[in-house]
Amino acid sequence: MKLGTEEIAKYPFLTEAGNYLREKGFTLEQFGNDADLKPIIDLALSRIQIAADGKIFNSNFSIKNLDIEVFSFLVAVILLKQSNMNTLIKRFSLAEARRAEKFLEKDLINSHTNEELAIKIIKDLFAMNVTKSGDYFVIPASDYLMHSVHFYEQEWKLVNRLVDGGKVFLSAHETVRLIRKELDSFIAKKIQSANIPTIPESFKKPIETLVILAKKFTVQIVETTEQPPCIKHALDILHKGENLPHSGRFMLATYLLNKGQTIEEIAPLFKNAPDYNEKITLYQLKHLAGNFGSGTKYACPSCEKLKTENLCFATSECAGIINPLQFGRKKIPNA
Amino acid sequence: MHDKDAKFLEDSFKKYYFDHYDLIHTPKTPEMREFGYQKFNSGMTRHISLKSDKELHLLLMKNVPSDVYCSNARYSFPNLPMAEKDWQNADLIFDIDAKDLHLPCRQNHAIKKCTSCNGIFGNSEVCPHCNATKFETASVLCNDCIAGAKKELDKLIAILTNDLGISRQNITVYFSGNEGFHIHVTSEYENLDSRHRAELVDYLTFRGAIPETFGARTNFAKSVFPDLDEKGWPGRVSKAIFSAKSNKTKLSKEIISEGYFSFKKKLESLQKEIGAQIDPNVTIDVHRIFRLGGTINSKSGLTKTMCTDVAKFNPGTDACFIDDDEVSILANCPVQFRLKNKKFGPYSKEQVSIPKYAAVYMICKGCASVS
Repeated sequence: MKLGTEEIAKYPFLTEAGNYLREKGFTLEQFGNDADLKPIIDLALSRIQIAADGKIFNSNFSIKNLDIEVFSFLVAVILLKQSNMNTLIKRFSLAEARRAEKFLEKDLINSHTNEELAIKIIKDLFAMNVTKSGDYFVIPASDYLMHSVHFYEQEWKLVNRLVDGGKVFLSAHETVRLIRKELDSFIAKKIQSANIPTIPESFKKPIETLVILAKKFTVQIVETTEQPPCIKHALDILHKGENLPHSGRFMLATYLLNKGQTIEEIAPLFKNAPDYNEKITLYQLKHLAGNFGSGTKYACPSCEKLKTENLCFATSECAGIINPLQFGRKKIPNA
Repeated sequence: MHDKDAKFLEDSFKKYYFDHYDLIHTPKTPEMREFGYQKFNSGMTRHISLKSDKELHLLLMKNVPSDVYCSNARYSFPNLPMAEKDWQNADLIFDIDAKDLHLPCRQNHAIKKCTSCNGIFGNSEVCPHCNATKFETASVLCNDCIAGAKKELDKLIAILTNDLGISRQNITVYFSGNEGFHIHVTSEYENLDSRHRAELVDYLTFRGAIPETFGARTNFAKSVFPDLDEKGWPGRVSKAIFSAKSNKTKLSKEIISEGYFSFKKKLESLQKEIGAQIDPNVTIDVHRIFRLGGTINSKSGLTKTMCTDVAKFNPGTDACFIDDDEVSILANCPVQFRLKNKKFGPYSKEQVSIPKYAAVYMICKGCASVS
């Protein structure tokens, strides 16, 4: 894909951006020595600060100085990587994903110029085949399912989409929104895997600034000891000696294991099950706890999966959680 | 199960596997599948790799399993432990079980076995012998239940072909060997993992639909509901609610006057009527070993049989392959059933002389014994 400078400025996370920096003949050392490049470091810092505040850098999307736009992104990546502040990396990658999303949407709509480029970026980076059909952007239902599982809002469920002949019909906005999470992960991964040799002295102060900034976002988590209704229901069924389906037993065991209970504490709960077998129960619990084979410790199923399996008995207290393990957990931001 | 009964079933199954090996085939790419089997009164043996029909037939004759299974998934190393198999992809599979439809007829053909006194009884919530309330339930074939399962099958196939674009020739329907249907699908959906399949299940079962998808607006009074001929769920919902175009204006006004939440409830209540009632766990599980086509289901002695014409398919005749040699058994079956166009039962602890296929059926159902 051969991109122009404007495209690189819009999508600075593409490999082409790094090449562009090299083509222009810039090195990292120059940022340490050349006072003319200091505004780029300042802009990079401000780009991170804006992202940390939950806003989008250059939100009016008029790209003023293409080179500075591209370089500020690349410098921001270096600063973030060096600061090693995960919360800032997460906020930055999400904000940059949302920024690129706006450009992608614009490019998709602008069918005479950049539609092909936007479709190609979506296909190359996120393996999603997009074609145009009238006013709609059409993607295979299998691709849609792979990308839409990242959403918890009901509107993204396949059942709430126009589906016909194996295709899902979307607007330009929905098409790019579908890849936000992956775009976010893609950018975060780029930052995490950035290979930075030595850092010029002039980067040290901005990095310290980032470390201080990150502290603002640390949160304290308080948790109640009350169990979520799905777990209460499962325990109730077992208590009555009724049959809890395999999926329900899996949910209960993985929930309790992830809450830190031991196999010895959990096993007796199943004693009342009509088909209880101590040996099998212990074997299965050990398996879920990752004591065998590859050592995979099983995660507690999501609320969405439990709904599909008819194991969810949500109450108003479940609002906002996506996994039973989050029930009763509250975040208190640092003052 | 008593050893004598197990031996009788084993001999009968062995004869079937010998006489009808032409009905039993490995699926495509057998070398990438995991096979498993159970023997009577024994646990599951799995993580088996077979490369051809010949190897499968040899396994059947050597081990005479009560049940035979094969993965819908393809692996690089199907015989290694699960974590090392290297999952590649998996056919979509669906299970429609008449038991899950909870039709009113079920109580008339249920066989209950008391877990306290082992007494067998039919339509009662309490054991008539010891008044216990815990029992295991089996059930015999019933035309209404099979018709109900076929209706769900039709709904499923319509959604798979129309909405999901799966060609009908890539959908293979089997009678499960007991009281339902198994559907195997080869398609572009084979790479979906468990989470994706859960979402697909919600689509097929019409779960999680929100009013906004079906015309509800922020100002609910201005809602415009979909036309009857619209594609996918909007069209199906409209057909279910309005049934004819002429009703739409009047009924739309009624829906609007009843409000958003009432419409939401209406959509939820349509789930059973318009959604395909499938077992979600079967479709979501990508590591399952699923009953192999052509093999006998030990819950009934009937064969998991491919249905080329679902409408005409009659499990009592088309899936019953055990021979009709007369055998004498002690039968205690509280309900009547029909196999190969012959009625049997009810029997009350009586010695009866009946064709072997009926004897096998009752022993599998736990309501007869050779001893």
